[in-house]
Amino acid sequence: MSKDIKIKKGLTIKLKGEAEKTLSSAPRSRTFAIRPSDFHLITPKMVVREDGKVQAGDTIFYSKSNEQLKFVSPVSGTLTKIERGAKRVITEIIIEADPQDTFKDFGILSPDSSSAEAIKTRLLESGCWPFIMQRPYAVIADTEQEPKAIFISALSTAPLANELDFSLKGKEKELQAAVTALSKLTIGQVHVGVGKSESSPFKGLKDISLHTISGPHPAGNVGTQINKISPVNKNEIVWTIAPQDLVIIGELLLTGKFNPERIIALAGSEVKTPKYYKTRIGSEAATFLYDSGLKDENVRVISGDVLTGKKISPKGHLGYYSNTVTVIPEGDDYEFFGWNKPVFDKISTSRALTFSWLTPNKKYDLDTNTNGEHRAFVVTGNYEEVFPLDIYPMQILKACMVKDLDAMEALGMYEVAPEDFALTEFVCVSKQPHQQIIRNGLDLMYKEIG
Amino acid sequence: MGLKQNLHKLKEKYKGTKMAPAFNALHTFLYTPNETTHSGSHVRSADDLKRTMNTVILALVPCLIFGIFNAGYQHYAAIDNTLRLDPLGNFFTWDNFILGAWTVLPLVIVSYGVGLGVEFIFAIIKKHEVEEGYLVTGMLVPLIVPIDIPLWMLAVAVIFGVVIGKEVFGGTGMNILNPALTIRAFLFFAYPTWMSGDKVWVHGAKAMTGQPDAISGETILGSLAANNEHVYSAWDMFWGFIPGSVGETSTFLIIIGALFLVFTKIGSWRIMLSAVVGAIVMGLIFNGVASAGWIQESSNFYGLMSEPFWHHLIIGSAAFAIVYMATDPVTASQTNRGKWFYGFFIGFIGILIRVFNPAYPEGFMLSILLMNVFAPTIDHYVIQGNIKKRMKRLKVKTA
Repeated sequence: MSKDIKIKKGLTIKLKGEAEKTLSSAPRSRTFAIRPSDFHLITPKMVVREDGKVQAGDTIFYSKSNEQLKFVSPVSGTLTKIERGAKRVITEIIIEADPQDTFKDFGILSPDSSSAEAIKTRLLESGCWPFIMQRPYAVIADTEQEPKAIFISALSTAPLANELDFSLKGKEKELQAAVTALSKLTIGQVHVGVGKSESSPFKGLKDISLHTISGPHPAGNVGTQINKISPVNKNEIVWTIAPQDLVIIGELLLTGKFNPERIIALAGSEVKTPKYYKTRIGSEAATFLYDSGLKDENVRVISGDVLTGKKISPKGHLGYYSNTVTVIPEGDDYEFFGWNKPVFDKISTSRALTFSWLTPNKKYDLDTNTNGEHRAFVVTGNYEEVFPLDIYPMQILKACMVKDLDAMEALGMYEVAPEDFALTEFVCVSKQPHQQIIRNGLDLMYKEIG
Repeated sequence: MGLKQNLHKLKEKYKGTKMAPAFNALHTFLYTPNETTHSGSHVRSADDLKRTMNTVILALVPCLIFGIFNAGYQHYAAIDNTLRLDPLGNFFTWDNFILGAWTVLPLVIVSYGVGLGVEFIFAIIKKHEVEEGYLVTGMLVPLIVPIDIPLWMLAVAVIFGVVIGKEVFGGTGMNILNPALTIRAFLFFAYPTWMSGDKVWVHGAKAMTGQPDAISGETILGSLAANNEHVYSAWDMFWGFIPGSVGETSTFLIIIGALFLVFTKIGSWRIMLSAVVGAIVMGLIFNGVASAGWIQESSNFYGLMSEPFWHHLIIGSAAFAIVYMATDPVTASQTNRGKWFYGFFIGFIGILIRVFNPAYPEGFMLSILLMNVFAPTIDHYVIQGNIKKRMKRLKVKTA
């Protein structure tokens, strides 16, 4: 099988405010937050009460449906508050940090000589398991099932994304430990997708199958790579892990400590000096936002990239899985005759008096305006231009909307995650919420079939 | 306080009331809303449905303007045949424009007024936003009717077309049949004496019937179907100096519109190209039949069958139908592969009906409506191909 994969369909969205490749340490956050909503479909069962003391790596809660699945504290400190929302659902767990971290010691585990069972137990007890996602359903991996393969994308093509070659530099040892350990948990291989550049820390690692990926976004989406390398069939499971989470797993195995450090890219047109910060899962975003400075008050802070991230408040906390924080202007303003006048400052895949096709290398300053109202699906053929998966995007979206489980299954629902539909959502003329439609569809299938 | 703030206040005031959809339709016409993204992608591309529809209207404007001049020109040329000796010189004149505007603009006004009225009423009753689909339909309708159609007839047809053709299915995006063609088909079947024959295609022809200075209003297709000779050269047909429905005569401007639609990626080039191929194939088959002598010259069909195949593309509504009607994304095939089949059969069946339908020598309205009905079936088989591939992959894995 060819190990070079060329993606032809897609769209690389070029935005202003790319993070400069200099690394600063963000000031230590006073509080840390864990949001259970980051862990889709997990209902937390608390272990630590309010005012309980925790070390980094101590379990704070586990999944109500699976006691093995533990979620741990990213720092040492005092659990000060459990925020609850409607129906007493836990929305946020706030930990006030100690000045210095103390770590729970899980002990060193050599990935080369350990058994699969030992590695799995270690990942579960240390709270590293939630880093492993599975497809189908795009949820945290089932602890009982063995995956047919594991996929890691070390290529970032999303707008303003964290450039992994930079942020993973010098982490080869941790990455090697993690992939070796993970390779024991699958019947198949650990597939790693990298870009064409020579500097990927994955080049030269053993126990992996390396694929060179090129092309526009979503070439860097792990879903695209799975579809091209080994698509998911019914009754099969694959795992996906983000490279920066591999570093945490690797460090755990090598040192026995759960040390969830993150090198995040702070980017976006509203950031004064966009650059990379060394911080920690759950930190206050303010620690780095105000270090770099924001240009305006009326901004949207996104934990993640502009296509798939979650909106957080500037006083909020970094999401569990995010390695990028993007700040763009809010677009809550009217635009006079916005629907018929020529457009030069926004991106469009059509040429309907929109002129972004003239300047393919220009960087844009997009805001959060929807640029139109929600409508029924009308235009056809435009999703296919940006959707490289061998799946009919509009048909699968419609199947999800009418909850036709048979059609969803037949059309390839096992292969997709909401993020795969971020670009079709971006270009959608009818402004349909594609990612939400797919998420709801996956949840329905999970409930009925999975 | 500017207009923007005042409108914003009014919007807040109308929020939740029955009039909200009507107000929002007018408001969003002036201003793109201040709506921001909530879930999923935080940024969105610049295109919305209004822009898409607006692009199609832009592509239709040359046809409308040409149609206005042509309405006047055909009237005067029918009275004084010598005008036809220099069509270009006698075409863009004030006389033509004034008479044309006097007859065509009422059609446009009735089409938009009645159609948007129905849309607004439905939006208010069903509490959804006024959708943009009718912007294009309303422009297409006056371009595909005979010039002398009574306005009340047009109004009745528009109401029928919008209600039965679209709103009963749930509005824009949900309809099965092309609304503009539903309106046209309603007119054709409800008032056949008005919609065909040799009188309605030139302004004044009907009114002057029986008078000493009566003029003919016959189209080329009508002449050919009656095995008569016609006086128009191929260039006349291409430029559009011929009688016909209001906006469909100029193949040249339709090609310009088609290029614009393809370039802006709003119209599907797959459908346009395959429909042209379909029409050529059928035309060649008939030419072959005629030249092989399988059909007598006295036959009813000889005139149309022996017409050179490429003439079929520049007479009648073929070009207009292929570019503006067949490409309606809602009623066409929705898969790229399906579009090839869909377009091909529109061209193929369009010419077939044109030749074999003596009562009404035009086939594209019926062929597009027919393929509208079959489009979901075509898509079904295309998608089955994708599903089968997935099943096969599964079998290989489990075997």
